[in-house]
Amino acid sequence: MKLTLNVNGAAHEVDVEPETPLLWVLRDAIGLTGTKYGCGISECGSCMIHIDGQAAKSCNLNVAAAAGKKIVTIEGLSKDRSHPVQKAWIEHTVPQCGYCQSGQIMSAAALLQKNPKPSDRQIDEAMAGNICRCGTYIQIREAIHAAAKTGV
Amino acid sequence: MTQLDLSRRTFVTSALAAGGGLMLGFHVPVAQAANLVMGDASKAPAEGAEINAWLTIDPKGVVTVRTPHTEMGQGGMTSVAQLVAEELNVPWKDVRAVLADANRHVNKGQEYKDMSTGSSNLVRNRHPHIMQAGASARERLREAAAQKWNVPREQVKAEQGMLSAGANKGGYGEFASAAANVKLAEEPKIKAYGDWWLLGKDVPRMDVAVKVDGSAIYPIDVRVPGMVYAAVKACPVPGGKVKSFDAAAASARPGVVAVIELKQTKDKLANNDMRSAIAVVADSFYRAKTALDLVKIEWDVGANGSMSFAAMDKQAVELMGKEGKHVMEVRGDPRPILGADAKALKSEFMRPYEAHAPMCPPTAVAHVTKERVDIWSFTQDVSALLRVAANQAGRDHKDVFVHATYQGGAFGLGNAVDLPRQAVELSKQVGKPVKLIWTREEDTAQTRSRPPVWAHFEASLDDKGLPKAMLSRAVAEPGVPAYADRGIANIPYAIPNYRYERHVAASHIPVGPNRAPGSNSNGFLMEQFIDEMALAGGWDPLEWRLKMTEGNERWQRVLLKMKEVAGFTTKLPKGQGMGIAVVESHGATVGVCATVEVSRRGSLSIEKIVVVSNTGYVINPRAAHEQVRGCVAWELSHVLHGGLDIREGRVNNVNFNNYKMLRLPDMPKVESHFAMSEDKWWGGFGETAGPPTPPAVANAIFFATGKRVRSTPILKHDLTWA
Repeated sequence: MKLTLNVNGAAHEVDVEPETPLLWVLRDAIGLTGTKYGCGISECGSCMIHIDGQAAKSCNLNVAAAAGKKIVTIEGLSKDRSHPVQKAWIEHTVPQCGYCQSGQIMSAAALLQKNPKPSDRQIDEAMAGNICRCGTYIQIREAIHAAAKTGV
Repeated sequence: MTQLDLSRRTFVTSALAAGGGLMLGFHVPVAQAANLVMGDASKAPAEGAEINAWLTIDPKGVVTVRTPHTEMGQGGMTSVAQLVAEELNVPWKDVRAVLADANRHVNKGQEYKDMSTGSSNLVRNRHPHIMQAGASARERLREAAAQKWNVPREQVKAEQGMLSAGANKGGYGEFASAAANVKLAEEPKIKAYGDWWLLGKDVPRMDVAVKVDGSAIYPIDVRVPGMVYAAVKACPVPGGKVKSFDAAAASARPGVVAVIELKQTKDKLANNDMRSAIAVVADSFYRAKTALDLVKIEWDVGANGSMSFAAMDKQAVELMGKEGKHVMEVRGDPRPILGADAKALKSEFMRPYEAHAPMCPPTAVAHVTKERVDIWSFTQDVSALLRVAANQAGRDHKDVFVHATYQGGAFGLGNAVDLPRQAVELSKQVGKPVKLIWTREEDTAQTRSRPPVWAHFEASLDDKGLPKAMLSRAVAEPGVPAYADRGIANIPYAIPNYRYERHVAASHIPVGPNRAPGSNSNGFLMEQFIDEMALAGGWDPLEWRLKMTEGNERWQRVLLKMKEVAGFTTKLPKGQGMGIAVVESHGATVGVCATVEVSRRGSLSIEKIVVVSNTGYVINPRAAHEQVRGCVAWELSHVLHGGLDIREGRVNNVNFNNYKMLRLPDMPKVESHFAMSEDKWWGGFGETAGPPTPPAVANAIFFATGKRVRSTPILKHDLTWA
C-alpha cells in the first residue's frame, strides 16, 4: 500500500503493508535509524517520536495511522544538536551506550514543550516509559532541569 | 526502498585503506572532538602520519587515537585516548578517537596486544601498554626534532603538542612524518602516579555528541546496498533441535527470500557455537519477523523440556543441607566448633538467573562474497569476532573485515552468542548482505544468563560476639561453577576457622559473564550474613566490619570513609533503615550505604545510595562517578524486579513487560565518593559498584521492617510490618 508520510517536514512516499509498525518504516524504508527498536511492545521507549507534537512510541503504531500526521524523529529535533534538550544532554554527558537516548530525548523534549518548568514528580511521570540499561537516570533528571532553565 | 549513506565503493575502499582506525566506511561522524562541553561538535578523524599503530598526527597537530576496545557505554574510547594523551602530552582539545581495525591487529602481529573488552580490564590492566604507545610516540617526536635541530634529544621538550629546544620550536604535526621513521635504541618508561597532568582530571566522554542526534551507528543501524533482513528463532529450550518445520505459509508471504534451517554443529554447545534454529530472510525486517511467526516448527527438546527453576531450587536447597564435595578453602576447621554450638547461626540465601538485555538487541550485518567477508556485529572483541566470522565463512583471516560500531550495551554477553555465525551463514547461503536482528524475545530466550547461586552459612560466636568459626556452602550451576566462589571462598574478614564448600545443581541453561560476574550475586548472600553475625554478637555492622578487617588497608580506607560520609546508623524509627555492605571485585573494594523507607503496607522506597570506591587510582573522576551510578541502577533492576522465569526448560519472561527493569521514577539519589589507596594496585569502575548495592538495600530493609530478605527479586517478598 502506498502512503505518504510527513517526517521532519519532508514528504516521504512509502510502499508497505499498512499494518507495518511506523518504527520499521522510519528505519528501513526511509532510512532514519536514529529511532531505535528495543522491545517492539511499547515497554522501553527507545522508539519514541513526536506525532503532532505528542510523544508516541512508534513500535506499536501502524504506519497507516500515522499518514497525514506531522511526524518528528530525533533527526528532526534540530539540525545541529542545538535543541535545548540536546545541549543539556551533551553538557551533562548523559548518554553512556547511548542506544536509548534518542527516545529519552524525544520524551524530554515533548515534556518541556507541554510543561516548560516540570517538577521532579512530573519528570518522573513523563520519563517512566523509557528504559535505560546503563542507568543514566540521574543525569537525565539533571539535564531536563538544566534544559528547563534555558527554556525550550 | 531508499538506501542511505553507504555506497559499496566507499566502504570497501575505506576498509582496505584504513590500515589503522577507520571506524565505519561511511560519512557518519564517528570521531568526536574532545572538548564537547566547549561546543566543539563532531569532526572526522584527520588523515595524518602514523607514528605507531595507536595514533596518527595530522599536520596541524590533531591526534587521532585508535581504540582497540569496544565502546559500549563504559567510556573506553575516552579512556584509551586519555591514557595516550597523558604520555604524548597534547592538548586534550586536539585529541580525537576512533575504533581500531581488527584485520590489521589479527594479521599484523597483534599490534594492539588485546582487543577484548571486559573484566574491567581496560584501565586497570592495560594502562601500561596503552601509555607506552603514547610515550614511545612522544620520544620519537623528540628525536625527530633533535635530529633536525642538531641537538641531543634530552634538550628537546615535548609539551602540549609543541616541541622546543632553545630558540627552536615546532608543532607535533610538523615532525610526525619524520617521527614515524625514528628508531629508538630503548623505549621510554611510562609515567608514574604523581607525574600526571591529564590523568586524574575530569574529561567529558568523547562519544556523547553523536549519541544525542541519532547519528551514532550501532550494528542495527548499518545499511549495505542490496541488503536483506533476517529474523531467527533458535530452540527455546537451549540445546534442543529442529525436528521438522513447515515453511509453506512463510515462504508465500511477500518479500520473503528464503527460509533456512541453521544446524547445530557441536554436541556440547559453548560460547558462540551455532545452535539449531530457523531463520527467515526477507526484504524488510518486519516481513522477516512476521513470516518467521508463520513457520511451524517442531522442536526436539529432549529431557530438558521439563526442567524448571523451582525444581532446580529444590535440588539446591537439599544440597545446602549436605557437606559439599569441593572444599575450596580451609583455615582451621570450623566443623567441630559449629557442631558443639547449639546456638550456632544458620542462614540461607539465593539469587536467580538474570539476563543482560542490552538496549540494542543483538544484531549482525554480514556480507560474504567470493573475495571477502565484511561484518558489523554485537561484540565485545572485534578480533574474536573476526576469527569467528572467518571460521564460519571458511576464509582466511586476512580476507575478513570487521567494521567496528558503537555497541548499545553488552554487559558481558558480547562474545557469548552465535549471532555473527548465523549472519555469516545466512549471507553465504542467500548470496547477499544480511542484517540479522534478534528480537528482544530472542535475546532474552537465548542469552547466556547470569548464573543463579545459593549459599548456606553457619557461624559460631566467641564471648566478644565475634565469629570464631564459619562455614560457607555454595550451590552453583554447572556452566561456570567457579563464579559461586567469588567473595565467598575468599573473604577479608579475619575469622580464625573458615571453610568453604561448593555443590553443583543440574541445569542446561547456558550461562556466561554478566557485569561483575559472580560478585554481582554473591554480595547479596555474604554481606547479609555478615550483618546477621554482627547483630547476633551485639555489634554495629560498620564497627564489626572495621574490627574484622583490621590491617586490611584497602577495606579500612573504604569503611572509614563510609563512616565519615554516610551517616550510617541502626537507630532509625521503624519503617526506615540504613544498610551497609562492602564487596571486592575486579581489583576494587567498594562499599555501599543504602537508606530505605518501607511503609506498613510493605511498599519499598530506596531513598539514597552512598557509594565509596577504592580502585587504587582514578583517571577520569567524572566518568567514574557516572559508571558508579550506572552500576547501582544495573543491580537495582535485578535485585528489585529480576529473576528469569524458567519453566518447561525455557525462559518465559522474555520481554520488558514481564522481565522488568528499574525506571527513572525509582532511581534513588546516588552519592559517589572515592577512598583511593594509591598503592600501585588498579581496580575497575565499569562494574564494581553493582555488587554491594543489593546487600546494602537488603540490610536496610531488615532495619526498617525486621524482615530478612533471603532471595531476589525483593519486590516479590512481603515487606509489610506492624
